[in-house]
Order: sequence, then C-alpha cells, then structure tokens
Amino acid sequence: MGIEERDPVSGRKTTGHEWNGIKELDTPVPRGVLIFLIVTHVFAVICWFLLPAWPLGSTFTKGILETDQREIVEEKLVRAAAERASWMERIESATLKEIQADEQLMSIVNSTGHQLFGDNCAACHGVDGKGRANYPDLTDEDWLWGGSLDAIANTMRVGINTDHPEAQFAIMPSFGRDGILDRDQVRSAAAYVYSLSNPDYSTADNIDRIATGRNVYLSSCASCHGEDARGSQRVGAPNLTDQYWIYGGDLQTIVTSVHGGRQGHMPTWDERLTEAEIKILTLYVNSLQVEDP
Amino acid sequence: MSVTLTRNERQFANFISIIIFAFGVFLAAAGGNDPLSVHGFIIIAVGIAGFFFTADALYKPEPTEERLSYYYDEPIKAGVVLSMAWAVFAMFMGVWVASQLAWPNLAFEGAWSSFGRLRPVHTTGVIFGFGGNALIATSFHVVQRTSRARLPDQLSPWFVLVGYNLFCILAVTGYFIGITQSKEYAEPEWYADILLVIVWVTYFVLYLRTIARRKEPHIYVANWYYMAFILVVAILHVVNNIAIPVSLGHAKSYTAWAGVQDAMVQWWYGHNAVAFFLTAGFLGMLYYYLPVRAQRPIFSYRLSILSFWGITFFYMWAGSHHLHYTALPHWVQTLGMTFSVMLLVPSWASAGNALMTLNGAWGRVRDDATLRFIMIAAVFYGLSTFEGSFMAIRPVNALSHYTDWTVGHVHGGALGWVAMITFGAFYTLVPSLWRRERMYSAALVEVHFWLALAGTLVYVFAMWNSGIIQGLMWRTYTEEGSLAYSFLDSLVAMYPYYIARAFGGLLFLLGTIVGAYNIWMTIKAAPLAVPRKSDVPYSDAVAVPGE
Ligand code: HEC
Ligand code: HEC
Ligand code: HEM
Repeated sequence: MGIEERDPVSGRKTTGHEWNGIKELDTPVPRGVLIFLIVTHVFAVICWFLLPAWPLGSTFTKGILETDQREIVEEKLVRAAAERASWMERIESATLKEIQADEQLMSIVNSTGHQLFGDNCAACHGVDGKGRANYPDLTDEDWLWGGSLDAIANTMRVGINTDHPEAQFAIMPSFGRDGILDRDQVRSAAAYVYSLSNPDYSTADNIDRIATGRNVYLSSCASCHGEDARGSQRVGAPNLTDQYWIYGGDLQTIVTSVHGGRQGHMPTWDERLTEAEIKILTLYVNSLQVEDP
Repeated sequence: MSVTLTRNERQFANFISIIIFAFGVFLAAAGGNDPLSVHGFIIIAVGIAGFFFTADALYKPEPTEERLSYYYDEPIKAGVVLSMAWAVFAMFMGVWVASQLAWPNLAFEGAWSSFGRLRPVHTTGVIFGFGGNALIATSFHVVQRTSRARLPDQLSPWFVLVGYNLFCILAVTGYFIGITQSKEYAEPEWYADILLVIVWVTYFVLYLRTIARRKEPHIYVANWYYMAFILVVAILHVVNNIAIPVSLGHAKSYTAWAGVQDAMVQWWYGHNAVAFFLTAGFLGMLYYYLPVRAQRPIFSYRLSILSFWGITFFYMWAGSHHLHYTALPHWVQTLGMTFSVMLLVPSWASAGNALMTLNGAWGRVRDDATLRFIMIAAVFYGLSTFEGSFMAIRPVNALSHYTDWTVGHVHGGALGWVAMITFGAFYTLVPSLWRRERMYSAALVEVHFWLALAGTLVYVFAMWNSGIIQGLMWRTYTEEGSLAYSFLDSLVAMYPYYIARAFGGLLFLLGTIVGAYNIWMTIKAAPLAVPRKSDVPYSDAVAVPGE
C-alpha cells in the first residue's frame, strides 16, 4: 500500500493506492477526451446564444434567433393549410355529386380518405371497412340508414344512438330480458328469423317452431323489420333475410339479439371533423362500395 | 440468517416485526373495502413471519466474536438469490407484455392481465426487483472489500433487504389489483413510498457507517458511485412522491405537483432514476468487478474523477429532454438538450476507462465469458449514452419521441448494460461468496452469454427499425399535403418487429433462466476448505465490534 508501481503493460505508474487488490493507473486524461469535451461545450454555448435558454427571474434569455416553439407550430399550421387550400376550397364549395364527377378531386379524396378513415373509423369498421362482429360492413349493399351519398353523410354527421339533436335511433328492444316475450317465443321468433336466410333449416323437425315463430314475428317484429323482414331504413332496422349481419347470423347469436336487444353506437362526427372531411369520408366510404361490391 | 444476529439484534428485530405487524393491521382495518386492505394483509403476513423467525432464534446461542474478523456476507447471498428470482419473474412478464403487443388476445380479457397493469409489473420487477437487489447485494460486498471493514451491525443490512423487497412486492401486487399513482417508475402509492424512505435512509446510514470504519486511507471510486446512487435516489424519491392521500383508509393519493410542473418533476425524477439507479449504481459495480475479473489496474484514475463529477453534475439538468415539444417552456427544453449533449463526454469517459482497463487482458476476454459480459456491458453503456445524447437533440427527438426507438434505446441500456454488468458481477461474486472454486458450469455461462447477446441484438435492432419506420410514417405527407398513413397503418407495419422483439426477449429470458440454474447449482456444490485471501480482512485489522 502507498507504493507506486509501474504497470508492465501500459508502462504507466499506479497511483499507489490499493483496495483488495485493485489498483489504478495515473494515466492523464487523453487529449481526445478533452477536445471532445470542449466541442460539446461549444455546441451548448452556441445553442444558448441562439435559442431561448436561461431563466432570468420572471423571464428568460430569448436567444438571437428569437424562436419560440408555439410560434413555430402556428406558422407551420398556417403553411400546411395554405398548401392544401387549392383543393380544399374546391371540396368545400362543390356538392358531393360534383366532386364525384371530378377525377382529379377524386384521387385526392381517395388518398386523403384512406388516412382519415384509418384514424377515425377503422378501429370499429376495420381498415378495409368490412366491419367485424358488432360493427357493420360498409362495403356491402346492405344499408341500415341508406347508402346514398346524402344518407351516408347524414349518418356520419348525427351518428346512431348518440345525443346529437338530430340523432338517428336504432333501438332493438330487449324482448326476453324485459319480459315482452317469454323464453319460448324468443326461441321461436329467432328460429323463424334464422330460417329466412337458411332455407335448409326448415326441416320437418323444426317446421312447427318456425310457424309459431312466424306468428310472433308478425305481431312483435314486423313493425320495424317489415313483414317481409327486409328491414326498414326509416328506423335503422336491418334486413334479416340476407347474409349480412351486424352481430351474427347463427341461431345462438340471433337468440341473444332478440333476448337482450341491440343498440349499436355510432359516434357523431359533426364537431370532430370538418364539413370537408365529412364529404371526403362520405365519398371514400362510397368508393369502397363501388370497388368491392 | 437469524443466528448470525446478536441477542440484542434479535430482540430489536422482533420488536420491528411487531411494529410492521401493527402497521399492517392499521392499513387492513382503515382500508375496509379499499384495495389498501389487501396490502394491509400482506404487511401483516410479513410482520408475523418476521416475528416467529426472530422469536425462534431468541434463545439460540449467540454468534462468537470470531465473526468480526470476517466480512458479513449472509445478506449479500440473500440479495443475489432474490435478484435472480426477480429477474426470472420480471423478464417473463416482459416477454408476456411484448407478446401482447403482437397478439393482444394474450391478455385473456382479464383486468389484472391487461397490458396497462402488466407493463409496470415488468418494469418495476426488472428495475427495482432485479436491478435494485443486485445493487444492494453488490454494494454490501464492494463496500466491505474496498474498505476492509465488516458491516457495522448485523441487523440493518437485513432490514434494508427485507424492507426493500416488501416495497417491491407491494408495488407489483398493487398493479395487479389496480393500485398506481400513474407516475412512470414511481407507481407505488404513498404508504409504500413512506416504507421505502425509511428503508433507504437506513441503507444510506449503513453505508456511511461502513465507510467510516474503513481501514483504507482512500475511498475507492466504486463507493463514490454507490453513495451517489443511494443519496440521489433518496432525494428523487422524496420530491417526486410528495402526495396527499385521499384519506388514511385509501390507497389513492394526489400528487402535490400540478400541470407541467408535475411533468417536469416526474421526468427530473425519471431521468435521474436512469442516471443514478441504472447508471451510477451499476458503474459502481463495474468499477469493482471489472478490475477484479480482468486482474488489471483501472486505466486512469483521473478519467474516473472527470467522469464521476461530469455524470453527477450534468445528469441533474437533462430531465427535460423527455418533454421536448410539450407545454414545457422552450428554454427548459434547450437546457435539457444542451446538458444532455455535454453529458456525453463524461459518459463515454467511463465506458472508455472500462475498455482501456482491459488492455493487457483481451486474451482473457476471449476465453472468459464472465469478463466478456462485463466488456459487452461497457460497450452497450457507451452505445446507449451516445444514442441518448443524440435523441436528446430536439429535431432528432421530433422523430424518435413516442416511437419504439425510445424502447430500443432503453433496452440497449437495460439489457446490454444493466443486465450484462449484473450477470458479469454475479458470476464473479457467487463463487467467492459461497467459497466455491468456480461456477458450477463454465459452459453454461458461455451459453448464457450468447443467449443474452443474441437476445439484446434482436430486440434492439427490431425496435430501431420499428421506431424509425413509425416515426417516418407519422410524418410522411402526400403531394396534396395530407398525411400519407393512418396510425393504424403504422401499427400494421410494426407487427413483424413486435414478433421479433418478443423473440429477442424470449432468448434473453432463456439466458437468465440458464444463469439462475447455474448459480443455484453453484450454491449447492461443496465449498472450498480455505477461504480466498481476498475474502478475509487482513488479520492485523480485525474489525471493531459492532454496536
Ligand atoms: C365506436 C365505433 C365506431 C366508429 C369509430 C365509427 N363507427 Fe360507423 N358505425 C358504428 C356502429 C356500431 C354502427 C352501426 C350502428 C347500428 O348497429 O345501428 C355504425 C354505422 C355506420 C354507418 C351506417 C351503416 C349503414 O348500414 O347504414 C356508416 C355509414 C358509418 N358507420 C360510417 C362511419 C364512418 C365514416 C366512420 C369514421 C368517421 C365511422 N363510421 C366510425 C360504429 C362506429
Ligand atoms: C322497435 C323496432 C324493432 C323491433 C320491434 C324489433 N327490432 Fe330487431 N332490430 C331493430 C334495430 C334498429 C336493429 C339494429 C340494432 C343495431 O344495429 O344496433 C335490430 C336488430 C335485430 C337483429 C340483429 C341483426 C344483425 O344484423 O345482427 C335481429 C336478429 C333482430 N333485430 C331480430 C328481431 C326480432 C326477432 C324481433 C321481434 C321479436 C325484432 N327484431 C323486433 C329494431 C327492431
Ligand atoms: C448520456 C446518457 C443518456 C441520455 C442523454 C439519454 C437520453 C434519453 C432520451 C432523449 C430518451 C427519450 C425520451 C423521449 O423521447 O421520451 C431516453 C429514454 C430512456 N432512457 Fe435514456 N439516455 C441516456 C442513457 C440511458 C441509460 C444508460 C439507460 C439505462 C437503462 C437509459 C434508460 C432510458 C429509459 C428507461 C428511457 C425511457 C423513458 C420512458 O419511459 O419514456 N438511458 N433517454
């Protein structure tokens, strides 16, 4: 201890301290480290001169560039809006039909619509708009509230089952849970509905139940779904005879729908999206339809 | 353990157990239906276990005075075992959360198993459970060896270890049942925080008392780092966790800080947790186990001084780089950025000092996987500090922030640096602690090394790729000036990388399991008859009896 030695590998002396066998060399700090240290400090000092940096009581040094992150963002937003203004103004002023007729605008609708749909709608309706359990397919020809451009725009604007003043309400009552129908009636009605899209189901075994179900249907369901069960876009009641289902077309799921009722929630976009964005999305949703019948 | 305590210490330990028990009863009763009462019962269980454990030993014979001529290694052994147990548990949780990001159904629709709850279980488990126990254990080892002094008493190290692990258990069980104050890396609620303050103050006092008893004229660098770690973590913990509980019967509390000041305090804490928990403490480890394993003197004492003061000074100012482009005033961001850049040189000086120390021992690095762990750790330390300083530059952060790049950076540091240095230290420490000639299997150390390295590389490269792709997708515009991609598109693009990351994590976990097995088998092997010279204080310096 306390004796300086020379390290044979580096040729340096040790500091003379030792801790349980550990020694240290007294190598000076390499020049590269010092230069590098100076470089980083010069960088820092330059930044301090150019940018807002040091606090001074209630204010701070503004820096030669006098930049401020808030102003930068605001400028950028203005510039971005200006870049889009040329086509945005045309979309704002044109009607949906006019835009649809304009090839150049439609290509913008498609590229912009892809991102808008992805960020706002895809979480529920799927990236491709084909829906999934509990969320309807937007690419098929089966519409709850209508597939015309105006109907789609309106559904987006007011939503379904929302608190928007003009909201559309799609209320499928809970027949079983609320005791409107008894257990047997629920099963029969469901069996009837199931048989509409599955003709094979009408076997001799089931024929009675289906007949009972038909009576239940006509008295309890037809007011909304229609006598032919093809649905009604007036009350958002779906067509029950086709292969498109929101919640599912197997017998068990239909029983669940009838027993517990259904009130799907489609948010309103009135205040979240601009008028132009709603137009773009309307046309985009419509184009999903055309491309992929 | 309890037979190594003196009778007075056993009585005192018994008394502390009763206090812990009473504290648990209070929380359980005051908690009522609040999840707080679950924690009350856990604390009660610990109190009862402690009571019987110490009561049982009360009238057994006392340890002889001869103990004072040896180091007190029992708590270190417990710390190593606990650390490895936490490592296996928490890295498994890591692989699970990584898999959830690729396959969300793996949450199995449970509330307790949802991503938001499991993620802090993973981070707390690895940082505090694995890392914290490793730091406590090695610090007890290093401070005794480099001071040539035995720990001053037998009780405080156990109090620190048990109290600290109780804190970790309260933290982790709390997340499962939904208790969190939602501050990252500081999630545990007020009562757990108070427990940690008591434990941590005891730890610091214990460390100072040991240093004060040292037989060496100088304090070795490793101890500077360990002391900085303990002291600063105490300050950070107290300031960031100042909060007012809803009532003494509720787990929930509200922080004293508000708005952007809360964010700044949180990231001042968060960044210095990286600096003093994940860096300073592990540098202490590096400074002891590297020269011991390499059998080389430290390359430069002066470089050690430069980097120690550089790191402790600059880190303190850098926290605001976590809040670039937020409501935080611009000038604070500039300061955070510039101090982060100035921080690079002291950080690299440490990494360089470590690598230069290996000059003359590169042959050993080739042959000895343990030394290779330490060497690779120093390399990753250099890499992640360079990356960190780079990411702290505002325009770079504009690309990297909120992306997987940050996660890649974290794991370069966490797997490559923190975990590797710990394994290197453990493989050096374990045979010496348990007086074995060497590890049970050198081949398994080698297997562990390659699994860990492969896992880290797969992980980090996957996240770099994913992060940069994400960042670029979020800022790509079409010709018309609309965003080219939706957020979902970027998620779809990340999917393959998430699978790769889960695989990398799995490799790392497998390595850790191999390591735990190897350590366990070493513990079970037969001890050497004669202790190593470096494990017995010089006979002319029989330690002064503790109080
Ligand atoms: C929170 C989930 C959710 C989001 C987000 C959402 N929708 Fe819907 N949407 C629904 C549900 C549910 C329905 C069906 C409601 C019902 O069953 O009555 C629906 C119905 C619709 C309909 C009517 C379909 C028809 O057959 O008449 C259209 C059109 C539609 N959504 C378009 C959109 C567009 C465009 C967006 C993005 C701006 C969007 N939705 C976002 C849940 C959502
Ligand atoms: C008050 C009007 C109303 C009545 C009466 C009514 N429905 Fe409905 N039904 C709806 C509406 C609206 C929906 C769509 C709900 C939604 O989308 O959330 C619906 C949905 C359904 C569905 C789910 C369709 C799918 O795509 O998954 C089934 C099945 C169904 N109804 C069957 C019946 C049967 C059977 C009865 C009679 C027992 C009945 N409904 C009576 C309005 C009604
Ligand atoms: C010079 C040293 C370092 C600097 C300047 C630095 C800088 C940074 C920066 C800029 C971020 C990203 C912040 C954001 O955009 O959100 C970050 C995140 C992080 N770094 Fe480092 N880093 C350094 C070293 C390390 C080391 C050695 C580790 C060890 C594990 C580490 C662990 C982390 C962690 C855990 C995060 C994630 C924080 C979060 O949860 O958001 N860093 N660091």
